[in-house]
Amino acid sequence: MKVLYFAWLRERIGLSAEDVETSAETIKELVHELSSRAPRYEAAFSDLSAVRCALDQNLVPFDTPLGDAREVAFFPPMTGG
Amino acid sequence: MYVKIQEAAFDVGAQINAFSQRHSKMGAIATFTGIVRDNDDETLKAMEIEHYPGMAEKAISEIVQSAVERWSLGDALVIHRFGTLAPGEIIMMVATAAVHRKDAFEAAEFLMDYLKSRAPFWKKEITKEGVTWVPSKQNDEDALDRW
Repeated sequence: MKVLYFAWLRERIGLSAEDVETSAETIKELVHELSSRAPRYEAAFSDLSAVRCALDQNLVPFDTPLGDAREVAFFPPMTGG
Repeated sequence: MYVKIQEAAFDVGAQINAFSQRHSKMGAIATFTGIVRDNDDETLKAMEIEHYPGMAEKAISEIVQSAVERWSLGDALVIHRFGTLAPGEIIMMVATAAVHRKDAFEAAEFLMDYLKSRAPFWKKEITKEGVTWVPSKQNDEDALDRW
């Protein structure tokens, strides 16, 4: 699936998007998989209270099942307007 | 309903005029314009606005749709820019058209409250001292409770 990163998560991880093969069932499990890959992921996801996530462009909680979603995005709380 | 996410600058006056002329049966048009604000020390050089293409349009369209339904709006417009902006530049605008002003004002406030913390945009301030991501504010989150 496609994984997107925005704002300081993108900077900390060093990528704006990547294709990820995963067996994770929920977004939270995917976060754990990513965090175990490299320290830069672990650092970016160290405090999940500062991170929000979207599944196929809908804002959802971390315990949401991935299902057959095509796109997951991670970003800080939004600051529009 | 008109939602546009764009990098280019736009003319607020021309947008308001065009929006008003489309709605001769609406007695009230309320508008809000957001500007890049310099800090108190006047050290802001630029603001970089990042967005999530696709989700930005989708999230704002959903917010606008709920406002249109809740306040029986004749129409609503949101334009939001991304990219690098200088202090004083216009970031975004909202316009609502309703039969009476109360609905137009309330719906515009609702749109702004939701855009603040539910539209996928992130702001980075470039000042003389350095570069910082603008943190989200708890009172922006709390503002949603009244709706």
